[in-house]
Amino acid sequence: MAPNPTPFPYNRGLHRWSLLLALCTLFLVVAGGVVTSRDAGLSVPDWPLSYGKLMPPMEGGIFYEHGHRMIATTVGMFTIVSLVWLWIAEKRKWMKWLGVAALLAVITQGILGGITVLMLLPWWVSSTHASLAQLFFSTTVAIVLFTSDWWLKGASTILEVATAPIRKLSLAAPICVLCQLGLGAAARHKAFGSIYHISGSPIVTGVILWLVVRILLNYSSNRELRLGALTLISITFCQVFLGIAAYMTRIAYADSVQPMPLMVTFTVFHVAVGALTMAASVSLAILVRRNVALAA
Amino acid sequence: MKHPLALLPLLLLAACGSGPKTETAPAAANTASLPEAHVDPATAGTVSGRVLFTGTPPVMPIIDMSSNPQCERQHKTPVKAETVVVNPNGTLRNVFVWIKSGLSPAQWPMPATPAKLDQNGCMYAPRVQGLMEGQDFEILNSDPVNHNVHAECERNAAWNESQPPRAEHKFKKFASEEVLFPVTCSVHPWMRAYVGVSPHPFFFVTADDGSFVLKGVPPGTYTIEAVHEKYGRKEGKVTVAPSGTASIEFTYGS
Repeated sequence: MAPNPTPFPYNRGLHRWSLLLALCTLFLVVAGGVVTSRDAGLSVPDWPLSYGKLMPPMEGGIFYEHGHRMIATTVGMFTIVSLVWLWIAEKRKWMKWLGVAALLAVITQGILGGITVLMLLPWWVSSTHASLAQLFFSTTVAIVLFTSDWWLKGASTILEVATAPIRKLSLAAPICVLCQLGLGAAARHKAFGSIYHISGSPIVTGVILWLVVRILLNYSSNRELRLGALTLISITFCQVFLGIAAYMTRIAYADSVQPMPLMVTFTVFHVAVGALTMAASVSLAILVRRNVALAA
Repeated sequence: MKHPLALLPLLLLAACGSGPKTETAPAAANTASLPEAHVDPATAGTVSGRVLFTGTPPVMPIIDMSSNPQCERQHKTPVKAETVVVNPNGTLRNVFVWIKSGLSPAQWPMPATPAKLDQNGCMYAPRVQGLMEGQDFEILNSDPVNHNVHAECERNAAWNESQPPRAEHKFKKFASEEVLFPVTCSVHPWMRAYVGVSPHPFFFVTADDGSFVLKGVPPGTYTIEAVHEKYGRKEGKVTVAPSGTASIEFTYGS
């Protein structure tokens, strides 16, 4: 079936800017993961200033914490530019409001980041901060999708197979991933041990596997769905192995007196690929809603 | 509320107003209403002993200070972690020993000088110390670098404050008994000290011979507790006779 083009024009500048915002947000998630893994979250006790200045000496943990704040400020400004651009150039009203949602999310993120420092990292604030970061990153990736040329060229829709429905299942995957990310964040911020996050891993992987296999078996004629499913499962498998590596290094360095580079590396990669898993599952859910029509 | 952004000032206010407290400190021990402690020097006794270590002492890693060269430059030789320090005579250093229970509630005289914690060479000195409820706790930064000082109390109000190089000393107090809690620096994550807050002056931290002495103890039966940052708590009972000396040993092992 030929794609059914949308009436909205492609804006290359806006799309590339959105891509830049998403990449910067991923970098911000990595920087946040480094702060937590290096136990640097309280190295700058004040907020919004750092040691009473805009630019403190970048030494030790201050480098990671203040660096995270600087990247966050940049992402915040980029998000404002995105919003203005969307309101000027975008014809789809809901896209303008998606830009507003992104800005509200990044502002809330900044405030949560400040609150958690001032309150000495209570686990529920830090975990909310970490989980909202993942949602914000997924939002920026969704904006990249919606502003892309291929999105605006329209989709080749296929009918949902009655014996293998995926429209609802595709929503279950990002919900499970978000819960798993929340459990991981709570474990990292010492709300409880990592047992809940580890126990959640086979459940989330199972749901993703179920969705991906169903797509490959029943909807592989649709190139977008096929690529989306293969991307999600590839990232998920990477994530599982990174999780095992992060856990093993934590056990190995349990008695260390400072964060060890190997543990920091695996843990930060696990956080970053967690963000990619979330974004990939959200993107696949979006693709399913667009490309798979309900059977009459 | 017409616009969600109108919530921001409220949230900010909530954040600033809540201050750097994770735990609500219990009400300060109301020692003012207690009778003044009186120990008759003629009958006061002593509790003494040692903290032994059996087995093979764990090898302490070298601290990697390369993330802050100014810290590294202050040491001529590599610095080892101080988590477990076993003395050559087979005793354990940095164990906080105190009378956990048995004393009648009383107002004990406060030491005239503050307890001091120095940040020197990006290490805390001393590693473990005790002080009394309400006693001044003086914090110095002798380093040429910034530190943050985070008192990770649970019963007392936790706090986290920055201290620039050679800044004015900080003075803090802890209102409630709490044995032990860590004091940490997130700028230099290897920095860790431990503080024990006691309602009375009968506490001691073992040093390079692993022994401890609690002097001027009124006659009576007491629970003595030893607390080590890695190996945890052990306790035993002693009875101090008038003008007598009671002995007790604690043994930790790997």
